[in-house]
Amino acid sequence: MGTRVARLGARLTPARQQALSVSIATGAYALSFGALSVAAGLDLWQTSALSLLVFSGGSQFAFVGVIGAGGIPAVAAATSTFLGIRNGFYGVTLAPVLRPWHGWRSWWGTQVTIDESTAVAIAQPEHDADARREGFWWTGVGVYVLWNAITVVGAVLGQRVGDPTVWGLDAAAAAAFLGLVWPRLADRRALAVALLASGIALALTPVAPAGVPIMVAAVVAVAAGWPTPRAGASTAATGGAS
Amino acid sequence: MAHPARRRKHRGNRGRLMTTYAWTWVAIVGAGAAMWAIKAVGHRVPEHALDNPRLVRIAALVTVSLLTALAVLQTLTTGKDLEFDARVPALAVAAVLLWRKAPFIVVVAAAAGVAAGLRAHGWG
Repeated sequence: MGTRVARLGARLTPARQQALSVSIATGAYALSFGALSVAAGLDLWQTSALSLLVFSGGSQFAFVGVIGAGGIPAVAAATSTFLGIRNGFYGVTLAPVLRPWHGWRSWWGTQVTIDESTAVAIAQPEHDADARREGFWWTGVGVYVLWNAITVVGAVLGQRVGDPTVWGLDAAAAAAFLGLVWPRLADRRALAVALLASGIALALTPVAPAGVPIMVAAVVAVAAGWPTPRAGASTAATGGAS
Repeated sequence: MAHPARRRKHRGNRGRLMTTYAWTWVAIVGAGAAMWAIKAVGHRVPEHALDNPRLVRIAALVTVSLLTALAVLQTLTTGKDLEFDARVPALAVAAVLLWRKAPFIVVVAAAAGVAAGLRAHGWG
């Protein structure tokens, strides 16, 4: 048994190891989602449909949060959509390693384009397209399977499920994101922009509506990336982040 | 082709308006379709645009910034409140381990362990 596990571990590439740990840490959160959704008044089928169709954690929590607070369904859908806008950026980064992008792969790959699958993909070496592709698919599919299965468990067990923060899973999720972007932060420019964007998002959190801080972080990064680095001069005026 | 399914009409005595339950279903399917469309946008960038250095540079910076900001917000905020709790020392330990080039799974497990341990002792 022990040797079998060890052999399995040796067979797993770094991308697959990361995919599995991220899938488990993220999937466990679906326990909270399922329980909260039922508490908010949605039934098991609606709760499952949210995980199957929307499949973006923050947006799903927001959706059931609005319903639970007595909001109308249209507002729940709008809030969920607004919080999910960041997912639209990921395809651009992923496109070079995922193309050609046809048929069922493109439908399915689109659905599993989320924070986690993108993070594991970009954590792999920049020129290793195979590892990046592997990281994306293993994480996307792994999180999808566990997230949906555990959503059902949470919805059925309802309030009897424990709080995942007791196990430190909230810290584990944040640490996973940090670990996955870490190799990219070795680039000083990327580090500076990421810190600036995060700082502004943090400062805006108490005052701006939910979802706005993270969008501002994206805008800061766009502005910082606009001017051509070390070019002649003078186009920078439009893109300054200050 | 199969015969078209017989459809029952639920127009009976329950009133003309759709129920909240039905509207919730509409909202769920609508939110799912909208999310799928959002995710699809980035993947539909034309091939020649991927050769544009500005777009490539911005896409990389946006991705790294978004994921870093998510990690920071997940560490320091709860809803709209800024909070300094067990997550902060947990992430500090994670950062030190990353700096020391510890394996990914060790980093994640250590962060969970530190946060869980501190909470078990009644802090944060």
